[in-house]
Amino acid sequence: MSTTTTPLGLPGVRSGTEDVPRLPEGTTLSKKDFTAANEVRWCPGCGDYAVLAAVQGFMPELGLRKENIVCISGIGCSSRFPYYLDTYGMHSIHGRAPAIATGLAASRPDLSVWVVTGDGDALSIGGNHLVHAMRRNVNMTILLFNNRIYGLTKGQYSPTSEVGKVTKSTPAGSVDAPFNPVSLALGAEATFVARTLDSDRKHLTSVLRAAAEHRGTSLVEIYQNCPIFNDGAFDVLKDSGEAQARLVRLEHGEEVRFGREDDQKVVVTAPGGGVEVVPAAEAAGRDVVVHDAAAADPTRAFALSRLDGPSMAHVPVGVFRAVARPTYDDLVRDQVDSARAEAGGPASDADLDALIAGGDTWVVR
Amino acid sequence: MRLESPTPDAPTAPRVEDGAPAPSAPGSTPVQKVAGVVIRFAGDSGDGMQLTGDRFTAETASLGNALATLPNFPAEIRAPQGTLPGVSSFQLQFADHVVLTPGDAPDVLVAMNPAALRANIADLPRGGVIIADADEFTRRSLQKVGYTVSPLEDGSLESYQVHALPLTSMTVEALKDSGLSRKDSERAKNMFALGMLSWLYDRPTEATERFLETKFAKKPQIRDANLTAFRAGWAFGETTEGFAVRYQVAPAEHPAGTYRNITGSTALAYGLATAAHKAGLPLVLGSYPITPASDILHALSGMKRFGVTTLQAEDEIAGVGIALGASFGGSLGVTTTSGPGLALKAETIGLAVMLELPLVVVDVQRGGPSTGLPTKTEQADLLQAMYGRNGESPLPVVAASSPTDCFTAAMEAVRIAVTYRTPVILLSDGYLANGSEPWALPSVADLPAIDPAQATGPNGAGDDGRPAFRPYLRDPETLARPWAVPGTPGLEHRIGGLEKADVTGEISYEPENHERMTGLRQAKVDGVAVPPLEVDDPVAPDGTRARVLVLGWGSTYGPIAAAVRDARAEGLQVARAHLRHLNPFPPGLGDALRAYDRVVLPEMNGGQLALLLRARYLVDVQSHGRVRGRPFSAGELLDVVRDAVAALPDTDSAAAASPAAGAVAESPQEARR
Repeated sequence: MSTTTTPLGLPGVRSGTEDVPRLPEGTTLSKKDFTAANEVRWCPGCGDYAVLAAVQGFMPELGLRKENIVCISGIGCSSRFPYYLDTYGMHSIHGRAPAIATGLAASRPDLSVWVVTGDGDALSIGGNHLVHAMRRNVNMTILLFNNRIYGLTKGQYSPTSEVGKVTKSTPAGSVDAPFNPVSLALGAEATFVARTLDSDRKHLTSVLRAAAEHRGTSLVEIYQNCPIFNDGAFDVLKDSGEAQARLVRLEHGEEVRFGREDDQKVVVTAPGGGVEVVPAAEAAGRDVVVHDAAAADPTRAFALSRLDGPSMAHVPVGVFRAVARPTYDDLVRDQVDSARAEAGGPASDADLDALIAGGDTWVVR
Repeated sequence: MRLESPTPDAPTAPRVEDGAPAPSAPGSTPVQKVAGVVIRFAGDSGDGMQLTGDRFTAETASLGNALATLPNFPAEIRAPQGTLPGVSSFQLQFADHVVLTPGDAPDVLVAMNPAALRANIADLPRGGVIIADADEFTRRSLQKVGYTVSPLEDGSLESYQVHALPLTSMTVEALKDSGLSRKDSERAKNMFALGMLSWLYDRPTEATERFLETKFAKKPQIRDANLTAFRAGWAFGETTEGFAVRYQVAPAEHPAGTYRNITGSTALAYGLATAAHKAGLPLVLGSYPITPASDILHALSGMKRFGVTTLQAEDEIAGVGIALGASFGGSLGVTTTSGPGLALKAETIGLAVMLELPLVVVDVQRGGPSTGLPTKTEQADLLQAMYGRNGESPLPVVAASSPTDCFTAAMEAVRIAVTYRTPVILLSDGYLANGSEPWALPSVADLPAIDPAQATGPNGAGDDGRPAFRPYLRDPETLARPWAVPGTPGLEHRIGGLEKADVTGEISYEPENHERMTGLRQAKVDGVAVPPLEVDDPVAPDGTRARVLVLGWGSTYGPIAAAVRDARAEGLQVARAHLRHLNPFPPGLGDALRAYDRVVLPEMNGGQLALLLRARYLVDVQSHGRVRGRPFSAGELLDVVRDAVAALPDTDSAAAASPAAGAVAESPQEARR
């Protein structure tokens, strides 16, 4: 059978929360309004606390009615998140949150939909749903807490654990090559991809702001510490001296440069389409990368994502990519809405009678 | 090679009503009235037999005959041409009286090639009519299916009435001015055959002409070729002397109303959409393509105008996840699948049990286990539907009994799901999905409304005494919890797969609470209001009642009803009952099982309902389970009924029955246990 394509009449660029009812003029909510009464039950020192506080603190800034915010999670430590956020929420099953959120987002344009997931939940058991949500560009924000370990099942390696990692299930060291979640998202046609750290409230909040504003699937990878089973996994990015040397803070429209004041580095284009880090002092004549998160072609963003490696010598954070593409849920609704509009509005009983009668009927008297 | 029927005998149907053929206009061929006919169209997968069958069915339906159809096709889209695995067939029974099945055996076999003949000849009773495309009986085609000599020429078909006709070359001849290549012209041979059969059985042709004009509107050359072939087939029938008689089957006596012909999958899609409409809910379907359920996805995808949203998911799990997410958002979430897909959805259905949200899961059953027989029918997912989840995870199960009943069953599944805030599994099967029958159209306005009664405000008081929302505070009558949809101010709450505390819905690991909640979920399903069992048990003139009850569920309705009808015609006293509700069972079922000396239960599985009934009611049932990928024949079930009656103790017929007769009554499945 041959296939045909139909021009879809793409809507323009719109905010991720454009169709969500806002609070009445002059009304604001506070962090307290988003804090559920439930006792938070993460381990002491867990990075999830910081992310929760940042999200609760950021939510009022959206100016949305809180009954129109929904948080859906899968299974894992981070997936307890909805219980602590005083909005509508669903703590679903392992890996399936993006699929459930897709059904919700597609049917309810008036909701701000958030997905909270972890590295095992999103990248292992739920990998299929994650990549397809990003491919479709469903209007939702996915917070992927990456602690590079299975915490809730007490310490097995995850799909982001480094090769050689010794865990309960890999006593001789893991031989499983890890995913780079940002690279994966870019390869899966994601329209918004960012990375941030649990411990950097300011940066985290700025990324949340951009993610919520984006219409489509926003994938936010959050490096998050598990103090019990993988403590210190990101310490080198948190020590102020080390962080300065290693964190590559991507800013749209700015040259990509980082490092200690006495050891400035820049990211330059490299032969073969990639990028590389060189000391700023040696960059003369090189093509210093100016970060363009809005570039239609994700190639450069992908190259930047590859700077990260097991040694975490230089770790890009910030918004890798933020491009406008029609969202799946908008297109789905447009088809339904236009079919109804063309037919003159919602279906009546008589319309349904005509549907089920079809074209060939006969009458028995 | 014979180009015409070797004998002057015309095709006859076995049930001739009124004697000698009488001449009739138009044309000179006499017309004979017959009560009913079973035709099987068979050919290669690429020959368009399903389309031919569909069109003949539509013509037959519009004439007002009672009818039932059985499409039968391979899982391969194009198996190697001309081979036995590539044979596709479509059987149709039509009559001037009530038709309950597509017919046990064909009266007429249309065989478009040697493979079609070889694959189907065993089903054709001696004396039956064979219409074969003689052009296709070439040495190479014959060899492909193991014929060394053409059966059209070696006398092996002498006990049949054979019309060996050059259908392909006559089609090509009719299209010689069409500008089409020979190969493309040959493809219209199914329309030639349809035209000829339409003449032979005096079918109206307008609808088929209209259909071809619409279907090929954008390809005028193909449209004209098909129309020309169709008309040429009709004209050939009219002019040939090969058919001495043509046949008329009078319209059946149907109750007054407007009718159409409809397949189970289409009826099911309409039932879902109509129920959503009556509930005032948008319908959101999350589905992954799977045979034989995809036609429901196709049908609903074309119903956007009715507020139906269809999302083709990345996999079965996402399909049900999308549906559940939509239900959480206040829509009617639906997912459609077949057995392997139901297995994949199990965990999400369990989540829906815990969340207590409406969800309709349609399982169009096919032969299993594993990939099994994708295009063949079976009823072997009953236990999976009942129990195929972790933990104590009860949910209502509803089964459709005929293609048109798929509409009613779908509405019932939606009613239960919405009223009781629960996932419901609706069982159809491959036979119902693809089979068709006439349907007296309902009036949508007259169908009962469904009240979603979504929560609008607090339903209880908090610890401080102020109004509060209690997500798991139940309706005392239905035990349903409130359906509080995001966007409703003041009802913000969190739900999830962890055990819920009674009333508050908070996470609870408390032992007593888990047991209480497990009991409540079970009690809710047990308490679903379903109509009491109706037993069809006519009182004999001497006041006695039947001692044998034939019980069925799902698509066995047709053959069971036909067998019981035939048994009664023989003077046997037999009662019959059919289950729509598998969970909960209808009131009165246990009493009915105990009221009969023998309960016979035919089902297309190894005895799954029998297992459930024995466990639930401590009453034995005689299971007749078969898994051949095709519906029961009425004749087979008539034998089962006869044997069951004969095996009764203390009756004349029982006295006549030998012990061996009792053993015969057991199904092969049972005997192996």
